[in-house]
Amino acid sequence: MSIQDNVKSFFEVLLELGEADPNVFVISQDMGSVGPFAQRFPDRAIDVGITEQNLVGVAAGLAIRGKLPFIYGMAPFVTMRAFEQIRTDLAYNGRNVKILAVFTGLAAGAWGATHHALEDIALMRAIPGMTVIAPADMHETERAVRAAAAHPGPVYLRLGAFLPVHEQEYDFEIGRAITLRKGTDAAIIATGNMVWAALQARESLQQRGVAARVIDMHTVKPLDAEAVRKAAAETGRLVTAEEHSVIGGLGSAVAEVLAETGAGRLARVGVRDVFCTEVASYPELCAMHGVTAEGIERAILSLL
Amino acid sequence: MLEKPPISDLQQEALDIRRHVIGLAAEHLCHVGGALSAADILAALYFRVMRIDPAAPASPDRDYLILSKGHGVLALYAALAGRGLFPVETLASFEQTGSMFAGHPTLKVPGVEVATGSLGHGLPVGVGIALALKTDGDPNRVFVLMGDGELQEGSVWEAAMAAPRLRLDNLVAIVDRNRFQAFGAVEEIMPLEPLADKWRSFRWDVVEVDGHDMSRVVEALERSPAKDVPRVIIASTVKGKGAPCIEDTPRAHFTKLTPEEAEEALRALGVTA
Repeated sequence: MSIQDNVKSFFEVLLELGEADPNVFVISQDMGSVGPFAQRFPDRAIDVGITEQNLVGVAAGLAIRGKLPFIYGMAPFVTMRAFEQIRTDLAYNGRNVKILAVFTGLAAGAWGATHHALEDIALMRAIPGMTVIAPADMHETERAVRAAAAHPGPVYLRLGAFLPVHEQEYDFEIGRAITLRKGTDAAIIATGNMVWAALQARESLQQRGVAARVIDMHTVKPLDAEAVRKAAAETGRLVTAEEHSVIGGLGSAVAEVLAETGAGRLARVGVRDVFCTEVASYPELCAMHGVTAEGIERAILSLL
Repeated sequence: MLEKPPISDLQQEALDIRRHVIGLAAEHLCHVGGALSAADILAALYFRVMRIDPAAPASPDRDYLILSKGHGVLALYAALAGRGLFPVETLASFEQTGSMFAGHPTLKVPGVEVATGSLGHGLPVGVGIALALKTDGDPNRVFVLMGDGELQEGSVWEAAMAAPRLRLDNLVAIVDRNRFQAFGAVEEIMPLEPLADKWRSFRWDVVEVDGHDMSRVVEALERSPAKDVPRVIIASTVKGKGAPCIEDTPRAHFTKLTPEEAEEALRALGVTA
């Protein structure tokens, strides 16, 4: 039995956390029910309506009284509409608040570019003291939510529309990348949804005789710089992959490490500093903008 | 500290706050007017209304004050010093290198609950604290002091919608209605009137007072809340109150007083320089 059969949705994880700790709150912005948590703890499941700035401020206030608030919101709005509240009320004030962001990357598909979140990693990464995690699948999400709850300080969790990646048990640790496949010809450093795409690209590359290392960089901040340096030293060719703008996200974070060490060549897979204005389904949009296994494969080949 | 100091004592405390603010404004280019306009409100809060223990400012039994109008910080520092959270003499280091006293409140200063400075943040945070207290059945109260210009921020109204919805009768918003913002009159730049009606329409209990009438300020702060209804106190004040040279002028917002102006102000307060 694969561990995917046992994966809990993060709603169930929240319920578990709420059972164990009466301080856990889930506060959301017109996101409907937050699953079993809201049914079990109606007084600790607060929907503040479409008020993102207020949402973050309320979470900060709850944390001041020792509560452990999880903000549940749509990635583009909770990060951008309330950016300064996240920076000031949460991070500057050092509040222990977790942000669970859904509809990340291009997940909103044909709803249009207002609903795409392609800048959120860049924004959250720029905030001092903020931890940024983009789990690769539901199993990792479950681990990440638990780790975030145990981690003191603000955490941004970027939740995607996942396909299973992890097939066996492993230790999840904030800030420590996971090498999913070995390889010395090149290394794919991927985060979030793109880890699955990286595994697909690896399969295809293998048929061409290219052995690509696949690294699940679930934590974008603090970045596992050692894993990056090691991959650069041992393969010389790195490709980053993220469903995010190529500006400011994982690719930038890795480029910063490489620039400081001077080792290895880098290609970045991500959305190329454009709004994705085409009306298309989620997978089609990803294909149009190259945030796919094929995009990763092309990037690797460009470095060979 | 008496349990309920008389009004005359509170007036003396407000005078002391103003004295410190004017003293610092004679040394620094700083936010003077909004500190002076809020002096009576802060004196009432810190010396009578709020439950605080200067020996244990982080006690879970305390009441909360969020200075949402963070630029009014000089009056807050003076009130906290007067209340014994740190020595009054340390205020002289305001904005000096290495001082804990930045130009807007930070958590380095004992008694400061929320680091503020960007406007419109205080009321949402106050809603969160009040919600936690209500959920736990704790009797503590939360006060949020805002400037009137600050009410132009949309986030204030997001929180204004939320507080009655969440039945936060332990929350008191105070608007320091001094009628000036950084570069002019509030009613000319972006009018707020009819201000009391706006809050009433958001289902708040609205109390309007003269923000320099200590008895009225105390009464408004101490009056029992209506069940489940948050209160807003709209306190009419004079920007720069106590420094005649800048009172009710746009200059009051951010200025440095000349030695003559500071002396005149202290004389007007009945305090000799």
